[in-house]
Amino acid sequence: MPTSLEKLQDMRRKAVFRVFEKKFVVPVRITVGSATCENAAGATDVYERFRQLMEKHSGLDVVLGKVGCAGRCDLEPMVTVVAHGHIPVKYMRVTPEKVDRIFEEHILHGKVIEDFTMRRSAGLYNAQRVVTLCAGKNCFEKHAPEIEKAFLENIQRLGLSDRIIITRSACQGLCQHGPVAYVYPDGVMYQKLTPEIVKEICEEHLAKNHILGKYVWSGERLTNRSFPFFGDVYFFGKQLRLTLRNCGVIDPESMDEYLSVRGYEAIAKILTEMNPQQVIDIVKKSGLRGRGGGGFPTAQKWQFAAAQPGTEKYMICNADEGDPGAFMDRSMIEGDPHTILEGLMIAGYAIGACKGFVYIRAEYPLAVSRLEKAIADAKALGLLGDNILGSGWNFDIEIRLGAGAFVCGEETALIHSIEGSRGMPTQRPPYPAISGLWGKPTVINNVESLANLPVIILDGPDWFSSIGTEKSKGTKVFALAGKVANTGLVEVPMGTTLREVVFDVGGGIKNDKAFKAVQTGGPAGGCLPAEYLDTPVDYDSLAAAGSIMGSGGMIVMDEETCMVDVAKFFLDFTQSESCGKCTPCREGTRAMLAILQKITDGKGEDGDIEKLEQLGKIIKNASLCGLGQCAPNPVLTTLKYFGHEYKAHIYDKKCPAGVCSALLTYTIDPEKCVGCTACKRKCPVHCITGDPKKVHTINQEDCIKCGTCLTVCKFDAVTKS
Amino acid sequence: MENDKKNTTCCCSCSSPDTLPKEIVQYINECMQKPHSESYLIPVLHKIQNYFGYLSPCYLEEVAQLMRIPAAKITGVATFYHLFSFTPRGKNRISVCLGTACYVKGSGKILDKFKERLGIKENETTPDGQFSIECSRCFGACALAPVVVVNDKVYGDVKPEQVDKILADYGFKK
Repeated sequence: MPTSLEKLQDMRRKAVFRVFEKKFVVPVRITVGSATCENAAGATDVYERFRQLMEKHSGLDVVLGKVGCAGRCDLEPMVTVVAHGHIPVKYMRVTPEKVDRIFEEHILHGKVIEDFTMRRSAGLYNAQRVVTLCAGKNCFEKHAPEIEKAFLENIQRLGLSDRIIITRSACQGLCQHGPVAYVYPDGVMYQKLTPEIVKEICEEHLAKNHILGKYVWSGERLTNRSFPFFGDVYFFGKQLRLTLRNCGVIDPESMDEYLSVRGYEAIAKILTEMNPQQVIDIVKKSGLRGRGGGGFPTAQKWQFAAAQPGTEKYMICNADEGDPGAFMDRSMIEGDPHTILEGLMIAGYAIGACKGFVYIRAEYPLAVSRLEKAIADAKALGLLGDNILGSGWNFDIEIRLGAGAFVCGEETALIHSIEGSRGMPTQRPPYPAISGLWGKPTVINNVESLANLPVIILDGPDWFSSIGTEKSKGTKVFALAGKVANTGLVEVPMGTTLREVVFDVGGGIKNDKAFKAVQTGGPAGGCLPAEYLDTPVDYDSLAAAGSIMGSGGMIVMDEETCMVDVAKFFLDFTQSESCGKCTPCREGTRAMLAILQKITDGKGEDGDIEKLEQLGKIIKNASLCGLGQCAPNPVLTTLKYFGHEYKAHIYDKKCPAGVCSALLTYTIDPEKCVGCTACKRKCPVHCITGDPKKVHTINQEDCIKCGTCLTVCKFDAVTKS
Repeated sequence: MENDKKNTTCCCSCSSPDTLPKEIVQYINECMQKPHSESYLIPVLHKIQNYFGYLSPCYLEEVAQLMRIPAAKITGVATFYHLFSFTPRGKNRISVCLGTACYVKGSGKILDKFKERLGIKENETTPDGQFSIECSRCFGACALAPVVVVNDKVYGDVKPEQVDKILADYGFKK
């Protein structure tokens, strides 16, 4: 009898054969991004155009495929062209018209159109090779100057400067083997570099194309596997993509492609070699903490549920991504749904669950349909259902849709929602791990936590725990949005500073405006000012600064964002999402919101700040669930770090950022006004007077502060203060 | 048999044309065969809303009969979740995202513009039944903020000036 692992390996061989026959050995592979965000940006038209062109040029050795979101949403739709032996090319903001040119010049004639790629990588595609040096803290920083210098000197000496490009990447998690360098497109990782080895590599490999096997790291990591297909090496900056390892690389709707990147090997391995307790011990050793926000050690949660008697236990994947400004779960499920299923199976096996549920937002139709397809494909191959891979273990997964209630992200509320009731939290203890769904032991893990599990099983807990900080292991995915240049999804090792995320990966503030704050943790989190930019991103450091890690929303705010208004926005959100069960949350948030409304309406008075602080503390201490306990956070942190803005609103009746319309006055500068009548004609309430070619004035009593005059004036004569 | 009561006309004064279609009744019957059948209430409500565009009290009454769940509980559940609507929505459903990223980038102004142009408030439908406006809390397309979704089409990076153009795409005339 073959073991589960052998069965899976056989399955993979066949899958790889099918994929290879279809794909990686053909000279050119074109992939078009396909996710909610990509499609909104026009990816479906782009795909369709490529399909038409390929039909027209039948017989070309080119394949066209779809991949999930690669994370750089501001550059979508994206097209990657991988040609054997060449550096992968990523085209940005592709339109059907650009497709015509890409097809004609690149696909048919092999000429990369650099104008359509990221500007930073100009010259990259003329290069023969790219050498990427790991710039992680452990290996690179100690040896950085000498290794990089050695490469640069030798390349120059050998006259290869225009053919070789040297770049840096984030920690590749190969710290014991460092310093390491990855050579593109050969797909070779050199380890334990010294200036002497670098000299040899330059002379033999880079100049004469002889790969030096003796220095090559021969191991394999899930994360490094897809490295050659990412394309543009600048694109990912200081990221380390563990959970997003397949997003933007494989076709999310293809079981074969997932199997070919060692998919379902982790579950096959544990079914063959381990008992549930061993799985729990491995995860315990890895130090994985819940990525949904709380940061509770995953293995500990499992241990509680595993210790309960009985065979009816449930495993739930929480994909009810309710935080406004967070889209990690959507992207992960849309880009790599099988990883989530595999993670759920691993967790289910560890706690001895009979069934798994994925509770997902109904607002994510594409993610739901990909998950449905993944479940059906897995069942068809015997990877899900009864007697999985011949192991005798049964596990089924069912999808349950949310219906637009933020509070259902809370564990007990989520359970009630699956049970078909109103999603209202209940008192803990008992914790769900003891008494959860239908009163049975239940573990709820977040999407990202589950996506880490195959990595931990296959690459080992020691390796996993070598990434990150002492108390926060691994990586964290952030949804970077707001007033930042590069918006999208980023995954960085824990301990990376906020500054590195916002400025290095995020590219800084849009339009060169001044940075004001970064908001982490969604409506339950806090706003941190510039002084805290060097805070390392990990559970404890963010908590110490008054914010939380949360699920990973990270919204950047610039000088034009009013912090009182932002606090009001979040409170308005939590207030309307409060389920109404406990008084502090239901009434307290309402009272706080009323005060904030008063302040932004210009009616703030002495004592309001104190009232806000007092109410905030009460709500934090007395609320039943996490929603209420965290609801005051945005107000309390903005009061702490941006108290002066509150004071300006209350005492000076001014909104320094120019956002709160009740506190603004629009005036016309008589020096600049030429009397063109544009503002007078456009004013919706006709409160501007003045004859043509004479200075106009705004009647402040009637002005509704809509800002139309400011927008239409071509002479900068209207000022807002 | 509960099913026998089905061919009567609507019990209340709402405008819903008929009783639940066969496929939904069949789906409910399938759910009733499964363990914890009451847990399928929310999926059933989703199916009804997808079919009719909203939940009328008569449908809920029928669900109560078929699923053997008190109508009061069903109303409680249906009113708890934001996605369920009790009034018919417009033929074209405009959802303006008011999630953080969109809000910071000024989606409030876009909402105001839609309201002004259509002469309705959020969660209302134009008298001709063509348009309704909803506010949404994040579609997860934050990088494209501000985002407006009309039916299933996502518009990214929307500016207030584009509102007229978007409305024109769906045949709106001033």
